Amino acid sequence: MQTMLRKNFWRLLYTVIVGLIAVSMVLPFIWMLSTSFKIEMDVFNFPIEWIPRTMNPGNYAKAWNSRFSFPLYYLNTIKVSVLTTALQVSVSALAAYAFSKIRFAHSKKLFMLYLATLMIPSQVTLIPSFIIFKSLKLIDTHLGIILISSFSVYGVFLLRQFMSTVPPEMSEAAVIDGANHAQIFSLIILPMVKPAIATLAMLKFIWTWNDYQNPLVFLTSEKLFTLQLGMRAFSSTEYGNQYALMMAAAVMAIFPLMIVFLVFQRFVIEGIAIGAVKG
Amino acid sequence: MSTAGLTKGAPALKKRQRKENLAGFAFLLPSLIGFFAFILLPMLFSLVLSFTEWSMISGFQGIKFAGLDNFKMMLTDVKFKIAMVNTLKYTVLTVPVSIILGFVIAVLIHDYVFAKKAMKIAVFLPYISSLVAITVVWKVILNPTRGPVNMLLMTLGVENPPGWFASTQWAIVGVALETVWLTIGYNVVLYMAGFTGISADLYDAAAIDGCGGLRRVLHITIPGAAPTTFFLTIMSLIGSFKVFDQVSIIQAGSPSADASLVIAYQIYLQAFQYYKMGYASAMSWVLFLIIMIITVVQWRLEGRE
Repeated sequence: MQTMLRKNFWRLLYTVIVGLIAVSMVLPFIWMLSTSFKIEMDVFNFPIEWIPRTMNPGNYAKAWNSRFSFPLYYLNTIKVSVLTTALQVSVSALAAYAFSKIRFAHSKKLFMLYLATLMIPSQVTLIPSFIIFKSLKLIDTHLGIILISSFSVYGVFLLRQFMSTVPPEMSEAAVIDGANHAQIFSLIILPMVKPAIATLAMLKFIWTWNDYQNPLVFLTSEKLFTLQLGMRAFSSTEYGNQYALMMAAAVMAIFPLMIVFLVFQRFVIEGIAIGAVKG
Repeated sequence: MSTAGLTKGAPALKKRQRKENLAGFAFLLPSLIGFFAFILLPMLFSLVLSFTEWSMISGFQGIKFAGLDNFKMMLTDVKFKIAMVNTLKYTVLTVPVSIILGFVIAVLIHDYVFAKKAMKIAVFLPYISSLVAITVVWKVILNPTRGPVNMLLMTLGVENPPGWFASTQWAIVGVALETVWLTIGYNVVLYMAGFTGISADLYDAAAIDGCGGLRRVLHITIPGAAPTTFFLTIMSLIGSFKVFDQVSIIQAGSPSADASLVIAYQIYLQAFQYYKMGYASAMSWVLFLIIMIITVVQWRLEGRE
């Protein structure tokens, strides 16, 4: 009994310590949220006023209705993220099926070639892609940014790992029954790797939503901006010195995705835990 | 070719293999097109570009073969040197700290606390937040004269708190601080996944032998999590050589631009501000080479253990 109590005491103590660390990790977000409701004069009051002395929700209306059209940036970001995710997941799933379930000529060599390019930093392909896209007139279009972000070796690799774990007997039985690959893929394999698909989709959606480098290089017209570009443009104008206003914009850029994450966090964390990397 | 030895089923088998080949390529085709168009072709194109002198404004006619000139130019380019030194400093400041802190927090969450899941999600939150927006937030938090961090430091008795992004010595430290905050959660999640692979028998045996917490961590957890540490070290080193987003936002309108100049940002500037596509491509290949060397050296070290 006494050791139980002692054990629980230590556990409680550690919980408090780790809890403090966890809170300090979230502190910048809380500061951002709290500041976004302040009047400019109160932003730097010290000690920090976590609950604004004068509530000023007007910051949000002001940022939303500023000459940077955040509603449009939201629509653009949703459009680009959804389409990029859909394209990447479908292309990766088809390729992963080919690499794991079809015995075709040169498949091993091709897969090795895919893997060999995993380490290439995006900086290497960015410049020539820009030149190629420029000559194809795909610069400054949403189609261009969707195409450039949709093909990654990593998605293929991740889904192939999962499809390889589906026992071959399952598809062999279907072959005997006269099923073709299209049927085996859509009726047997896809349903079995649903969690992996969800994981890849969630990660890709988050990464595309937050992506900054590709939109920075490939988009120039303000009407095509994603939230990240809008946020950057917003902070580098006269608004940049109005900190409360900027925090309201930052909340708008960060919180919707954070809610999506909290709802689907299981898939995201599982994806990260099996070693998914950006790209 | 001994067709004579083939059985009756051979033509059917051959036909089936042809069908398999066709199906394979059909499924692979969309990915293959993307792979060639957006990865392989640009890569080769970039390699060619790195041996040329070309300003994109002059069109394709203006392209000139330059041999190794671009690579020689790097040796004397002051900005390139600054960017390299800053990238190295940033790597030294971020990689060990975020891996060690990630490990410690993962051990604590895994073995010693209540509400494990909530803790894990809380430390992971920074990782999924937009780098652009959160860097803007950090810029305000680290405001040298009035920001909450320096105000706190001053109340604690620090007379000259760091100037962070506005200072030539502290800018890269500020970027590193933000990055450590961003990446700890990622490391915690990976370590916790790694811990599940360590056999529980080992811990039971240690408990019977009367091993305390610290000795268990030293003798079981650290060796058991070595593959995770290996993976994280490679990934963090590569990531730190490619750092771009935070720096790009901090650099916007910054008076001390050189202080946080890193290699990926220098490549971006040369290519998309000055349109020196040849030189920028050459730098990107040097970056690639560094990443390759890190990976190979890490593999070798791992193999020796």
